[in-house]
Amino acid sequence: MASPKLRIDDVSMTFATPGGAFEALAHVTLSVPAGSFVSLIGSSGCGKSTIFNIVAGLQEPTDGRVMIDGIDATGTIGRVGYMLQKDLLLPWRTLIDNIILGMELQGVPLRQARDKALPLLRRYGLGGFEHAYPNALSGGMRQRAALLRTLLFDTDVILLDEPFGALDAQTKLQMQEWLLQLWSDFGKTVIFVTHDVEEAIFLSDEVHVMGTRPGRVVETLVVDLPRPRLRACTTTPAFMAMKERCLELLRVFQAAPVDQAA
Amino acid sequence: MTIQHMSPASGFFKWAAARVHEAGRPPGRVVRRLPVQKDWPAWAILGIQVGVLIGIITLWQVGANLGVIDAFFWSKPSAIFNTLTIFFTTGEAWTDIGFTFRSTIMGFVIGTTAGSLLGLSFWWSRNYAAIVQPYIICFESLPKLALAPLVVLVFGIGLSSKIAIATALTVVVSTLTTYAGVKAIDPDGERLFYSLGATRLQVFRKLVVPSCLPWIISVLRVNIGLALTGAVVGEFIASQHGLGRAILYAGQTYDIALVWVAVSVLSALAMIMYVSVSWLERILRKGVRQ
Repeated sequence: MASPKLRIDDVSMTFATPGGAFEALAHVTLSVPAGSFVSLIGSSGCGKSTIFNIVAGLQEPTDGRVMIDGIDATGTIGRVGYMLQKDLLLPWRTLIDNIILGMELQGVPLRQARDKALPLLRRYGLGGFEHAYPNALSGGMRQRAALLRTLLFDTDVILLDEPFGALDAQTKLQMQEWLLQLWSDFGKTVIFVTHDVEEAIFLSDEVHVMGTRPGRVVETLVVDLPRPRLRACTTTPAFMAMKERCLELLRVFQAAPVDQAA
Repeated sequence: MTIQHMSPASGFFKWAAARVHEAGRPPGRVVRRLPVQKDWPAWAILGIQVGVLIGIITLWQVGANLGVIDAFFWSKPSAIFNTLTIFFTTGEAWTDIGFTFRSTIMGFVIGTTAGSLLGLSFWWSRNYAAIVQPYIICFESLPKLALAPLVVLVFGIGLSSKIAIATALTVVVSTLTTYAGVKAIDPDGERLFYSLGATRLQVFRKLVVPSCLPWIISVLRVNIGLALTGAVVGEFIASQHGLGRAILYAGQTYDIALVWVAVSVLSALAMIMYVSVSWLERILRKGVRQ
C-alpha cells in the first residue's frame, strides 16, 4: 500500500490545569489512506476535537507529529480543510462570498473565486440562494454552505467535526447522502467526528473508537460494506453487528472513575 | 370526559373549560382574562401630541397675561416668538448655529473614530489591552466636564477647545463599546479563519472589523448627544460664538426670552443631528446585515 495521505504519529497532548496535568491524548497513532473516509467516535472528552485542532495546526501537540503526504505538518495552518459543528457563516456576507472565504484568504482574485464557486453552489443544492444572506437559510442549507466552503479551500484532507450534530433527524439523513455524493465526486480524504454510531458506520471505510482518560484509540473497525451505500444497508446483519460492537466499546471505555472527574 | 374525545385543536381548552364547569371555580384561584391593549391610529396619537403642545403654550401665555406666571423669570410665548424673529433677522443666529454645529460634528467624528480605532486595537494584543484598560476605565469614571476649564486654557477660546471637550466625552464610550465588541467575537470564528490559513491582518480586516461594526454603530446616537453637550459646555466656559454662549449671555442679562429662543434652537439642532445619525445608523446596519 502507498504511504498514507495523513499520518498522526504517536501524538500526545497534556494540558496544565489548576488540578494538575490533564492528559487529553495519549500516544494516538492513525493512518488515513488517500481518498478514504474515516470516522472517529467516542464519548465527550475523549479528545476528538483536540486531534482535529492538532491536525489543523491550531494547537501544538505535547509530543508526536502530524504527517501529510509524508511531510511533517505539525503546527502549520492552512494544510487541511476544517469544518466545525457551527456553520460560522459570516452574517454580513452573501452565501457565495461566504463560500469563497478560503480561496479569498489564499489570495485568489474574487471574480475567479466566484466563477469557480458558482457552478458548485448550483450543482449541490444551493442554486438560487447565491446572493442570499445566511440568516435567510435553513440549518441544512447553512451546513451545506459551510461544507462547500471547506471543499473549495481545496485541500486533499478535510476534517468534519460533528457537522450534522445540530440538525434534525430527517435533514441529517439527507445530508449524509449528500456528503457521500460530494466525497465520491471530489475524491477527498475525509476524517469525520460524530457521536452517532450509525452515522459513522454508514459513511466510513474505517471507524476508530476512542476511549477517555486519557483520550486514545481503543479499536479500529473496518467497514467493508459495498459502495455506493443505500440506506437499506443499515438494517443488514453485518451493519447491526458492527453497531453493537461500537456501542459495546463506547460503554466499556467511557466509564471514567468518579474520583478523577474534574 | 376522556382524552380520546378531544379534538386536537381546541382539546385542552374544552377540557379545561369542562373541568372548571364541573368543579365550579377552584378555591383560591382567580380567573382572569388576558389583558388586551388596543393601539390607537397614528393620526390620533399625533393629534394628541400637537394638542398637548398647543395646550401648554396657551396656558403659559394666558397665565403670564393674568399674572399667575411671573413673566420676568419665565418669559412668555409671545415675547419668545418676537425675540425669535429678531434673533434670526438681526442677530448672529447663523454664526452661532454654525459654530455650535461645527464643534459638535468635529468632536463627534474625531471622538467616535479615535475611540473605535482604539477599541479595535485591543484585539491585536491581550497584554497591551490589559495594560491600557485601567487608564481607560479611570478616564471614563472621571467627570470630564470638570476638566473643561483646563481644556479652554490649553486650547484657547476658539473652536478647538469645544472640539476637544466634545471629543473627550465621546471617545471613551466608543472605546469601551468597541472593545466589548472585540471581546464578543466568537473564538471559533477566529479558529475557522486560521484553519483556512489566514494571516492576522486578514482576520482583523475580514472578521474583527465587520463583527465590531454593529457595536460601533450602536454608539453613534449616544455620541451625538454627548458631543453636543461637550460643545455647549465649552461655550459656557469661554467663547465668542455659539448657542451655549448665547444662552449664558442671555441669562446673565435677564433676557429670559432669548434663553428660551437659544434653547429651542439648540434642541432643534440636536433633533436634526439625532435624526440624521439615526438615518445613518439604519443605512450602516443594512450594510452589515445585523
